[in-house]
Amino acid sequence: MDAPPKAQRMTMTATNTWIVIGALGLGTFLLRFSFLALLGKRELPDSVLRLLRYTPVAVIPGLMAPQIILPATGSTGPDPIRLAAVAITVLVGVWSKNVISALIAGVVSLALLSWVLG
Amino acid sequence: MNTAPLTARTSYWRGMREGGPFILIVFPFGIVFGVVAIEAGFSLTQTMAFTISAYAGAAQLTAIQLMSESAPLAIVILTALAVNARMAMYSASLAPHLGKAPMWHRALMGYLMVDQTYALSSMAYDRFPQMSLAAKTGYYFGVASLIWPVWVAGSLAGAVVGNLIPSWVPLGFAVPIAFMAMVGPMLRTLAHVAAALVSVIGALVFSPVPYSLGLLIAAVLAMVTGALVETWMLRRKPSA
Repeated sequence: MDAPPKAQRMTMTATNTWIVIGALGLGTFLLRFSFLALLGKRELPDSVLRLLRYTPVAVIPGLMAPQIILPATGSTGPDPIRLAAVAITVLVGVWSKNVISALIAGVVSLALLSWVLG
Repeated sequence: MNTAPLTARTSYWRGMREGGPFILIVFPFGIVFGVVAIEAGFSLTQTMAFTISAYAGAAQLTAIQLMSESAPLAIVILTALAVNARMAMYSASLAPHLGKAPMWHRALMGYLMVDQTYALSSMAYDRFPQMSLAAKTGYYFGVASLIWPVWVAGSLAGAVVGNLIPSWVPLGFAVPIAFMAMVGPMLRTLAHVAAALVSVIGALVFSPVPYSLGLLIAAVLAMVTGALVETWMLRRKPSA
Protein backbone atom coordinates (compact mmCIF):
# COMPACT_ATOMS: atom_id res chain seq x y z
CA MET A 1 0.00 0.00 0.00
CA ASP A 2 3.03 2.25 -0.25
CA ALA A 3 2.56 4.12 -3.46
CA PRO A 4 -1.19 4.06 -4.03
CA PRO A 5 -1.79 1.18 -6.45
CA LYS A 6 -2.36 2.41 -9.97
CA ALA A 7 -5.81 0.99 -10.48
CA GLN A 8 -6.99 0.66 -14.04
CA ARG A 9 -10.20 2.54 -14.66
CA MET A 10 -13.15 0.36 -13.80
CA THR A 11 -15.48 -1.15 -16.31
CA MET A 12 -18.32 -1.17 -13.79
CA THR A 13 -21.49 0.79 -14.54
CA ALA A 14 -22.66 3.65 -12.34
CA THR A 15 -25.58 1.53 -11.10
CA ASN A 16 -23.26 -1.25 -9.99
CA THR A 17 -20.93 1.24 -8.33
CA TRP A 18 -23.87 2.58 -6.30
CA ILE A 19 -24.88 -0.99 -5.41
CA VAL A 20 -21.37 -1.63 -4.03
CA ILE A 21 -21.48 1.66 -2.10
CA GLY A 22 -24.89 0.86 -0.60
CA ALA A 23 -24.21 -2.81 0.13
CA LEU A 24 -20.84 -2.19 1.72
CA GLY A 25 -22.27 0.63 3.84
CA LEU A 26 -25.20 -1.44 5.08
CA GLY A 27 -23.24 -4.68 5.50
CA THR A 28 -20.42 -3.00 7.40
CA PHE A 29 -22.89 -1.30 9.71
CA LEU A 30 -24.60 -4.62 10.47
CA LEU A 31 -21.23 -6.26 11.25
CA ARG A 32 -20.36 -3.41 13.63
CA PHE A 33 -23.77 -3.16 15.28
CA SER A 34 -24.28 -6.95 15.50
CA PHE A 35 -23.24 -7.85 19.03
CA LEU A 36 -23.74 -4.37 20.45
CA ALA A 37 -27.38 -4.64 19.32
CA LEU A 38 -28.02 -8.28 20.23
CA LEU A 39 -26.18 -8.80 23.50
CA GLY A 40 -27.43 -5.63 25.11
CA LYS A 41 -27.97 -6.22 28.79
CA ARG A 42 -27.27 -9.94 28.71
CA GLU A 43 -24.14 -11.09 30.56
CA LEU A 44 -21.66 -13.23 28.67
CA PRO A 45 -20.17 -16.37 30.24
CA ASP A 46 -16.64 -16.03 31.64
CA SER A 47 -15.18 -18.37 29.02
CA VAL A 48 -16.45 -16.11 26.23
CA LEU A 49 -15.22 -12.96 27.98
CA ARG A 50 -11.82 -14.59 28.35
CA LEU A 51 -11.68 -15.19 24.58
CA LEU A 52 -12.88 -11.66 23.78
CA ARG A 53 -10.19 -10.12 25.98
CA TYR A 54 -7.68 -11.15 23.34
CA THR A 55 -9.57 -9.70 20.35
CA PRO A 56 -7.39 -6.61 19.77
CA VAL A 57 -4.10 -8.44 20.11
CA ALA A 58 -5.44 -11.32 17.95
CA VAL A 59 -6.62 -9.14 15.08
CA ILE A 60 -4.36 -6.11 14.69
CA PRO A 61 -0.94 -7.83 14.39
CA GLY A 62 -2.39 -10.28 11.86
CA LEU A 63 -4.12 -7.52 9.91
CA MET A 64 -0.77 -5.80 9.34
CA ALA A 65 1.68 -8.74 9.20
CA PRO A 66 1.31 -9.59 5.48
CA GLN A 67 1.89 -5.96 4.41
CA ILE A 68 4.93 -5.67 6.66
CA ILE A 69 6.57 -9.07 6.17
CA LEU A 70 5.54 -10.46 2.79
CA PRO A 71 7.63 -9.01 -0.07
CA ALA A 72 5.95 -6.38 -2.24
CA THR A 73 5.23 -7.38 -5.84
CA GLY A 74 8.49 -7.19 -7.75
CA SER A 75 10.86 -7.48 -4.79
CA THR A 76 12.49 -10.62 -3.42
CA GLY A 77 12.25 -10.08 0.32
CA PRO A 78 10.76 -7.89 3.02
CA ASP A 79 12.00 -4.29 3.13
CA PRO A 80 14.62 -4.11 5.98
CA ILE A 81 13.93 -0.41 6.63
CA ARG A 82 10.25 -1.06 7.20
CA LEU A 83 10.92 -4.14 9.33
CA ALA A 84 13.33 -2.11 11.50
CA ALA A 85 10.83 0.77 11.83
CA VAL A 86 8.07 -1.64 12.86
CA ALA A 87 10.38 -3.41 15.35
CA ILE A 88 11.29 -0.05 16.94
CA THR A 89 7.59 0.92 17.07
CA VAL A 90 6.63 -2.29 18.89
CA LEU A 91 9.62 -2.23 21.28
CA VAL A 92 9.02 1.40 22.28
CA GLY A 93 5.35 0.53 22.77
CA VAL A 94 6.17 -2.42 25.05
CA TRP A 95 8.71 -0.38 27.00
CA SER A 96 6.72 2.87 27.36
CA LYS A 97 3.23 1.27 27.45
CA ASN A 98 2.21 4.38 25.52
CA VAL A 99 0.71 4.39 22.00
CA ILE A 100 1.74 7.96 21.27
CA SER A 101 5.44 7.42 22.13
CA ALA A 102 5.45 4.26 20.00
CA LEU A 103 3.85 6.08 17.07
CA ILE A 104 6.32 8.96 17.20
CA ALA A 105 9.28 6.56 17.54
CA GLY A 106 8.00 4.59 14.53
CA VAL A 107 7.44 7.55 12.23
CA VAL A 108 10.76 9.17 13.18
CA SER A 109 12.73 5.94 12.74
CA LEU A 110 11.02 5.26 9.38
CA ALA A 111 11.91 8.77 8.17
CA LEU A 112 15.51 8.63 9.48
CA LEU A 113 16.22 5.11 8.18
CA SER A 114 14.76 5.92 4.76
CA TRP A 115 16.87 9.09 4.61
CA VAL A 116 20.13 7.46 5.76
CA LEU A 117 19.84 4.09 3.99
CA GLY A 118 17.33 4.75 1.23
CA MET B 1 -1.89 9.84 32.28
CA ASN B 2 -2.58 7.64 35.29
CA THR B 3 -5.59 9.23 36.89
CA ALA B 4 -8.78 7.48 35.87
CA PRO B 5 -11.25 9.47 33.81
CA LEU B 6 -14.43 9.54 35.85
CA THR B 7 -17.12 11.71 34.28
CA ALA B 8 -18.52 11.47 30.77
CA ARG B 9 -17.09 14.89 29.97
CA THR B 10 -13.51 14.30 31.15
CA SER B 11 -13.56 10.90 29.42
CA TYR B 12 -14.77 12.48 26.19
CA TRP B 13 -11.86 14.94 26.18
CA ARG B 14 -9.40 12.25 27.18
CA GLY B 15 -10.60 10.10 24.29
CA MET B 16 -10.20 12.97 21.89
CA ARG B 17 -6.73 13.77 23.24
CA GLU B 18 -5.53 10.17 23.06
CA GLY B 19 -6.93 9.88 19.55
CA GLY B 20 -5.09 13.06 18.52
CA PRO B 21 -1.85 11.55 17.19
CA PHE B 22 -3.87 9.29 14.90
CA ILE B 23 -4.77 12.35 12.82
CA LEU B 24 -1.26 11.94 11.39
CA ILE B 25 -2.24 8.49 10.14
CA VAL B 26 -5.94 8.67 9.39
CA PHE B 27 -5.61 11.80 7.25
CA PRO B 28 -2.94 10.35 4.90
CA PHE B 29 -4.87 7.05 4.75
CA GLY B 30 -7.95 9.06 3.70
CA ILE B 31 -5.87 10.77 1.02
CA VAL B 32 -4.70 7.37 -0.28
CA PHE B 33 -8.33 6.29 -0.61
CA GLY B 34 -9.40 9.52 -2.32
CA VAL B 35 -6.57 9.28 -4.86
CA VAL B 36 -7.21 5.61 -5.63
CA ALA B 37 -10.98 6.09 -5.97
CA ILE B 38 -10.69 8.97 -8.45
CA GLU B 39 -8.02 7.11 -10.43
CA ALA B 40 -10.31 4.09 -10.62
CA GLY B 41 -13.04 6.23 -12.16
CA PHE B 42 -15.26 7.10 -9.17
CA SER B 43 -16.91 10.52 -9.35
CA LEU B 44 -16.34 12.91 -6.43
CA THR B 45 -19.89 12.24 -5.23
CA GLN B 46 -19.38 8.46 -5.37
CA THR B 47 -16.02 8.74 -3.59
CA MET B 48 -17.50 10.73 -0.71
CA ALA B 49 -20.67 8.62 -0.53
CA PHE B 50 -18.50 5.50 -0.31
CA THR B 51 -16.19 6.91 2.36
CA ILE B 52 -19.15 8.09 4.49
CA SER B 53 -21.38 5.02 4.07
CA ALA B 54 -18.72 2.35 4.59
CA TYR B 55 -16.25 4.38 6.75
CA ALA B 56 -13.76 1.52 6.44
CA GLY B 57 -10.56 2.34 4.56
CA ALA B 58 -9.13 -1.13 4.04
CA ALA B 59 -12.46 -2.52 2.81
CA GLN B 60 -13.01 0.45 0.49
CA LEU B 61 -9.57 -0.03 -1.08
CA THR B 62 -10.24 -3.75 -1.45
CA ALA B 63 -13.57 -3.09 -3.19
CA ILE B 64 -12.03 -0.60 -5.62
CA GLN B 65 -9.15 -2.95 -6.38
CA LEU B 66 -11.59 -5.76 -7.24
CA MET B 67 -13.86 -3.45 -9.25
CA SER B 68 -10.83 -2.39 -11.28
CA GLU B 69 -10.12 -6.07 -11.94
CA SER B 70 -13.73 -6.42 -13.18
CA ALA B 71 -14.58 -8.96 -10.48
CA PRO B 72 -18.28 -9.98 -10.26
CA LEU B 73 -20.42 -7.67 -8.15
CA ALA B 74 -21.12 -10.31 -5.46
CA ILE B 75 -17.39 -11.07 -5.06
CA VAL B 76 -16.58 -7.36 -4.69
CA ILE B 77 -19.17 -6.96 -1.93
CA LEU B 78 -18.45 -10.21 -0.08
CA THR B 79 -14.67 -9.81 -0.13
CA ALA B 80 -14.85 -6.23 1.14
CA LEU B 81 -17.25 -7.35 3.87
CA ALA B 82 -14.86 -10.16 4.82
CA VAL B 83 -12.15 -7.53 5.30
CA ASN B 84 -14.57 -5.89 7.77
CA ALA B 85 -15.61 -9.10 9.50
CA ARG B 86 -13.20 -8.27 12.32
CA MET B 87 -15.69 -5.52 13.24
CA ALA B 88 -18.13 -8.21 14.45
CA MET B 89 -15.39 -9.41 16.82
CA TYR B 90 -14.84 -5.84 18.02
CA SER B 91 -18.59 -5.49 18.51
CA ALA B 92 -18.70 -8.63 20.66
CA SER B 93 -15.69 -7.46 22.63
CA LEU B 94 -17.24 -4.01 23.31
CA ALA B 95 -20.69 -5.38 24.18
CA PRO B 96 -19.82 -6.25 27.82
CA HIS B 97 -18.66 -2.62 28.30
CA LEU B 98 -21.21 -0.69 26.24
CA GLY B 99 -24.15 -3.11 25.90
CA LYS B 100 -26.22 -1.28 28.51
CA ALA B 101 -26.09 2.03 26.64
CA PRO B 102 -29.31 3.22 24.94
CA MET B 103 -29.98 1.58 21.57
CA TRP B 104 -29.37 4.76 19.55
CA HIS B 105 -26.00 5.23 21.29
CA ARG B 106 -25.08 1.66 20.36
CA ALA B 107 -26.19 2.21 16.75
CA LEU B 108 -24.03 5.33 16.53
CA MET B 109 -21.12 3.47 18.19
CA GLY B 110 -21.54 0.78 15.55
CA TYR B 111 -21.38 3.23 12.68
CA LEU B 112 -18.30 4.95 14.18
CA MET B 113 -16.43 1.69 14.94
CA VAL B 114 -12.99 1.57 13.32
CA ASP B 115 -9.74 -0.03 14.45
CA GLN B 116 -8.61 3.15 16.24
CA THR B 117 -11.84 3.79 18.17
CA TYR B 118 -12.00 0.12 19.11
CA ALA B 119 -8.37 -0.35 20.13
CA LEU B 120 -8.02 2.89 22.09
CA SER B 121 -11.34 2.39 23.89
CA SER B 122 -10.70 -1.23 24.77
CA MET B 123 -7.26 -0.29 26.11
CA ALA B 124 -8.77 2.51 28.22
CA TYR B 125 -11.45 0.15 29.61
CA ASP B 126 -8.72 -2.34 30.55
CA ARG B 127 -6.59 0.34 32.19
CA PHE B 128 -9.44 1.84 34.20
CA PRO B 129 -11.83 -0.96 35.19
CA GLN B 130 -13.70 1.47 37.47
CA MET B 131 -14.98 3.55 34.51
CA SER B 132 -18.76 4.00 34.57
CA LEU B 133 -20.92 3.36 31.50
CA ALA B 134 -21.18 7.14 30.98
CA ALA B 135 -17.39 7.47 31.12
CA LYS B 136 -16.87 4.54 28.73
CA THR B 137 -19.41 6.01 26.32
CA GLY B 138 -17.80 9.45 26.60
CA TYR B 139 -14.33 8.08 25.86
CA TYR B 140 -15.55 6.13 22.80
CA PHE B 141 -17.32 9.15 21.31
CA GLY B 142 -14.31 11.34 22.14
CA VAL B 143 -12.03 9.19 19.97
CA ALA B 144 -14.70 8.78 17.29
CA SER B 145 -15.61 12.44 16.95
CA LEU B 146 -11.98 13.18 16.13
CA ILE B 147 -11.29 10.27 13.77
CA TRP B 148 -14.46 10.53 11.63
CA PRO B 149 -14.09 14.13 10.37
CA VAL B 150 -10.38 13.62 9.78
CA TRP B 151 -11.07 10.50 7.69
CA VAL B 152 -13.76 12.25 5.63
CA ALA B 153 -11.56 15.35 5.15
CA GLY B 154 -8.61 13.16 4.10
CA SER B 155 -10.72 11.34 1.51
CA LEU B 156 -11.96 14.67 0.15
CA ALA B 157 -8.44 16.09 0.00
CA GLY B 158 -7.19 12.99 -1.82
CA ALA B 159 -10.05 13.09 -4.29
CA VAL B 160 -9.69 16.80 -5.06
CA VAL B 161 -5.94 17.53 -4.92
CA GLY B 162 -4.44 14.03 -4.62
CA ASN B 163 -2.86 14.23 -8.07
CA LEU B 164 -0.55 16.99 -6.77
CA ILE B 165 1.19 14.67 -4.26
CA PRO B 166 4.61 13.52 -5.53
CA SER B 167 4.84 9.76 -5.90
CA TRP B 168 7.90 9.37 -3.64
CA VAL B 169 5.98 10.32 -0.48
CA PRO B 170 5.49 6.99 1.37
CA LEU B 171 1.94 7.77 2.50
CA GLY B 172 0.96 4.13 2.68
CA PHE B 173 3.49 2.80 5.14
CA ALA B 174 2.32 5.21 7.83
CA VAL B 175 -0.69 2.91 8.20
CA PRO B 176 1.16 -0.24 9.41
CA ILE B 177 3.29 1.91 11.76
CA ALA B 178 0.15 3.37 13.33
CA PHE B 179 -1.44 -0.02 13.83
CA MET B 180 1.73 -1.56 15.28
CA ALA B 181 2.07 1.41 17.69
CA MET B 182 -1.13 0.15 19.30
CA VAL B 183 0.23 -3.40 19.65
CA GLY B 184 3.20 -2.77 22.00
CA PRO B 185 1.11 -1.44 24.92
CA MET B 186 -1.31 -4.39 24.48
CA LEU B 187 1.44 -6.95 25.22
CA ARG B 188 0.89 -6.86 28.96
CA THR B 189 1.07 -10.57 29.81
CA LEU B 190 2.53 -13.77 28.41
CA ALA B 191 -0.97 -14.63 27.16
CA HIS B 192 -1.14 -11.40 25.12
CA VAL B 193 2.32 -12.03 23.65
CA ALA B 194 1.36 -15.59 22.69
CA ALA B 195 -1.87 -14.38 21.06
CA ALA B 196 0.00 -11.72 19.06
CA LEU B 197 2.57 -14.25 17.81
CA VAL B 198 -0.13 -16.71 16.73
CA SER B 199 -1.96 -13.84 15.01
CA VAL B 200 1.13 -12.87 12.97
CA ILE B 201 2.14 -16.44 12.09
CA GLY B 202 -1.45 -17.41 11.29
CA ALA B 203 -2.02 -14.38 9.07
CA LEU B 204 1.14 -15.19 7.09
CA VAL B 205 0.42 -18.92 6.81
CA PHE B 206 -3.22 -18.38 5.82
CA SER B 207 -2.62 -15.35 3.60
CA PRO B 208 -3.31 -17.39 0.42
CA VAL B 209 -6.83 -18.25 1.67
CA PRO B 210 -9.25 -16.37 -0.62
CA TYR B 211 -11.62 -13.53 0.30
CA SER B 212 -9.43 -12.31 3.21
CA LEU B 213 -10.66 -15.19 5.35
CA GLY B 214 -7.08 -16.03 6.42
CA LEU B 215 -7.11 -13.15 8.90
CA LEU B 216 -10.27 -14.44 10.54
CA ILE B 217 -8.81 -17.94 10.93
CA ALA B 218 -5.62 -16.45 12.40
CA ALA B 219 -7.60 -14.21 14.77
CA VAL B 220 -9.73 -17.06 16.13
CA LEU B 221 -6.62 -19.22 16.70
CA ALA B 222 -4.91 -16.30 18.43
CA MET B 223 -7.89 -15.62 20.71
CA VAL B 224 -8.03 -19.29 21.72
CA THR B 225 -4.27 -19.23 22.36
CA GLY B 226 -4.58 -16.16 24.59
CA ALA B 227 -7.42 -17.70 26.59
CA LEU B 228 -5.59 -21.05 26.98
CA VAL B 229 -2.34 -19.42 28.11
CA GLU B 230 -4.29 -17.28 30.58
CA THR B 231 -6.03 -20.38 31.99
CA TRP B 232 -2.69 -22.17 32.23
CA MET B 233 -1.04 -19.22 34.04
CA LEU B 234 -3.94 -19.00 36.51
CA ARG B 235 -3.56 -22.71 37.30
CA ARG B 236 0.14 -22.30 38.01
CA LYS B 237 -0.53 -19.37 40.33
CA PRO B 238 -3.90 -20.05 41.95
CA SER B 239 -3.54 -16.95 44.13
CA ALA B 240 -3.38 -14.57 41.15
